[in-house]
Amino acid sequence: MHLSAENLPFRELNERVKAAPGEVQIDNCYGQPFVGSGCKDKSIIIYGTPGNALGAYLDGAEIVVHGNAQDAVGDTMNDGRIVIHGHAGDALGYAMRGGKIYVRGNAGYRTGIHMKQYQEKRPVIVVGGKVGSFLGEYLAGGLIVVLGLGVEEIPVGSFTGTGMHGGRIYIRTKQKLSGLPPQVTAEIASDAEMGEIMPFLAEFAGLFDLDLKQFAFDQYYVLKPNAKSPYKKLYTAH
Amino acid sequence: MASDFFIYPEYEVVRDQDRCNLCKVCVRQCANGVHEYIAETHKLVSDEAKCVNCQRCVVYCPTRALKIVKSSNTYKENAHWSGATINELYRQAATGGVLLSSMGNPQKYPSYFDRILINASQVTNPSIDPLREPMETRVFLGPKPQRIERDSSGRIIPRLGPHLKLTMPMMFAAMSYGSISYSTHESLARAAETLGIMYNTGEGGLHENLYRYGKNTIVQVASGRFGVHPDYLAAGAAIEIKIGQGAKPGIGGHLPGAKIVGDVARTRMIPEGSDAISPAPHHDIYSIEDLRQLVFSLKEATNYQKPIIVKIAAVHNVAAIASGIARSGAEIIAIDGFRGGTGAAPTRIRDHVGIPIELALASVDQRLRAEGIRDRVSLVISGGIRSSADIVKALALGADCVYIGTAALLALGCHLCRSCHTGKCNWGIATQVPELVKRLNPEKGAEHLVNLLTAWQHEIKEMMGGMGINSIESLIGNRLMLRGIGLTEKELAILGIKHAGE
Repeated sequence: MHLSAENLPFRELNERVKAAPGEVQIDNCYGQPFVGSGCKDKSIIIYGTPGNALGAYLDGAEIVVHGNAQDAVGDTMNDGRIVIHGHAGDALGYAMRGGKIYVRGNAGYRTGIHMKQYQEKRPVIVVGGKVGSFLGEYLAGGLIVVLGLGVEEIPVGSFTGTGMHGGRIYIRTKQKLSGLPPQVTAEIASDAEMGEIMPFLAEFAGLFDLDLKQFAFDQYYVLKPNAKSPYKKLYTAH
Repeated sequence: MASDFFIYPEYEVVRDQDRCNLCKVCVRQCANGVHEYIAETHKLVSDEAKCVNCQRCVVYCPTRALKIVKSSNTYKENAHWSGATINELYRQAATGGVLLSSMGNPQKYPSYFDRILINASQVTNPSIDPLREPMETRVFLGPKPQRIERDSSGRIIPRLGPHLKLTMPMMFAAMSYGSISYSTHESLARAAETLGIMYNTGEGGLHENLYRYGKNTIVQVASGRFGVHPDYLAAGAAIEIKIGQGAKPGIGGHLPGAKIVGDVARTRMIPEGSDAISPAPHHDIYSIEDLRQLVFSLKEATNYQKPIIVKIAAVHNVAAIASGIARSGAEIIAIDGFRGGTGAAPTRIRDHVGIPIELALASVDQRLRAEGIRDRVSLVISGGIRSSADIVKALALGADCVYIGTAALLALGCHLCRSCHTGKCNWGIATQVPELVKRLNPEKGAEHLVNLLTAWQHEIKEMMGGMGINSIESLIGNRLMLRGIGLTEKELAILGIKHAGE
């Protein structure tokens, strides 16, 4: 089913998207927020620029954006897949618990903060370009990969992984990573560690028609929390 | 504790050896390990250093042989440096840690509820006897329509958004599964269903067994989003966004990994032993516009079927903040005062940050009325509600409803020892230790909660009747029914009430 979002208020657009079974294609999307929120089983293809909180609480549906997305994509996402052919804004994948987000371009500040994992649910974010500061803050689980494609400088900003206490962050760069907070250890990823992300790199390459060999076998750093429970020594009972 | 900083036990366990029959109930009841039976001497002894004064052993001693008294050991008297202050300093010098404590602010700050008196009718506008005349305590939480519309045959066209309907102006405050036990949650859920009110999950998710109490459940969404997924959002009657908490404004939640075990981990949807960190800021909310976005994303995800509550702590500029929230699309604002309880908070924050709920409530209500937006939202207040009289005063100051936290826990057996953060609650409330959790029987617990709130409801009716009011709606914001006692002009002005005698 095709929908033109031109001049449609967000509430009406989202009602129609939810009511449509199976695959929905939205044309002329002009910043309508909350598209696909909470959707379980459908496929939404968007041409244009969806607004904030695209796919919030997503629970199994697939969203593909041919264009850029804005802030809070995949907020508290539980399952499903979001593919963005352009850039994404701030707070991408906030508190995401499951599913996958692939961004071909860059993502903004606070990417993947508060991500967590649980049993079979292990969220994945792969960003093709670079990200802003505060990547993976409070990270409690899941995988974040920043590929830095076409980026010479280190593809992450400041304060990466502050408060991290679970999960992994992979960063592809030839530069030496420095300035990380004390909660984080960074090492060059081993072959075994690369094996963990290889299926997602292959999926990324397939989605965006890229050659896996051009980026999958380069130097990656892997960031891990250096203590499982970083705060427990902070308090004294009283 | 290093010996340099020996702290004499705060309490003494007094055992009447004539009454004690060595049954050892005290040994079995105390999870802190205070009592010990010495076989050689055939005697029970106590290690008072471990005692938190939770009164469990006192209550369960069948011969009434035990009592806990405050230790009479004293430092040299000093009006500025109290013994408690000195001990806190010693603890920090010994450990380098942030002082951690539980439940609400216990310090001597003024209680405005205790300085407000309620009116009654005499001769004119006669009082009403609730035993023989109908009294309405039902409340609806949510926006009120600006005007009534009728169809061609004169019938009212109902244009109400999502509302909460309560049989009385009370709900159980947010307390997460993890900070409190499963038995406690089940007690609250059962009681809420029987009473026709709501309980609140807090930010720890909703246990799968409790989904069936959904229509009496408020589900909470906080910065950590623990246990939040579409089915959880759909399960409750309303969704509460937690921005702040009265016991620790500006501070987030942190459930230590040691408490993330079994069903708690499952319900929060995080691995066992992992810290559950909910930072104070929502890192996707930096403005009222951002808050509006979260409000509407929740509405979108639940098809506009549920009212959205935004809960904040009572802080200095609470009125301006509430005004913003009233414009965010939320239907209900919850404000938690500085007496509000907690399962764990840094002591200095709990005791020194935030303001009394009475002042916060009065100023928020006045501000919203002045701006003509009071009808857009309902106000729920919490933080130290101890009795039906506090509720009547809160309602007359402008609240639509109150949340009850500490009072509900007391009804379940809590003795306010303020040691929730240790996780060894002997009453089975603030613990995840299975042997302790099963001490609280949810059926009994629910019964006690129902007793308490039914009694309070009746007292509210009697006080309303005394004022000649037969409906809660006529009490809400009815400041003429209140008078201050011993308050300054400024305090009276903020509360919007006259002094007694005026």
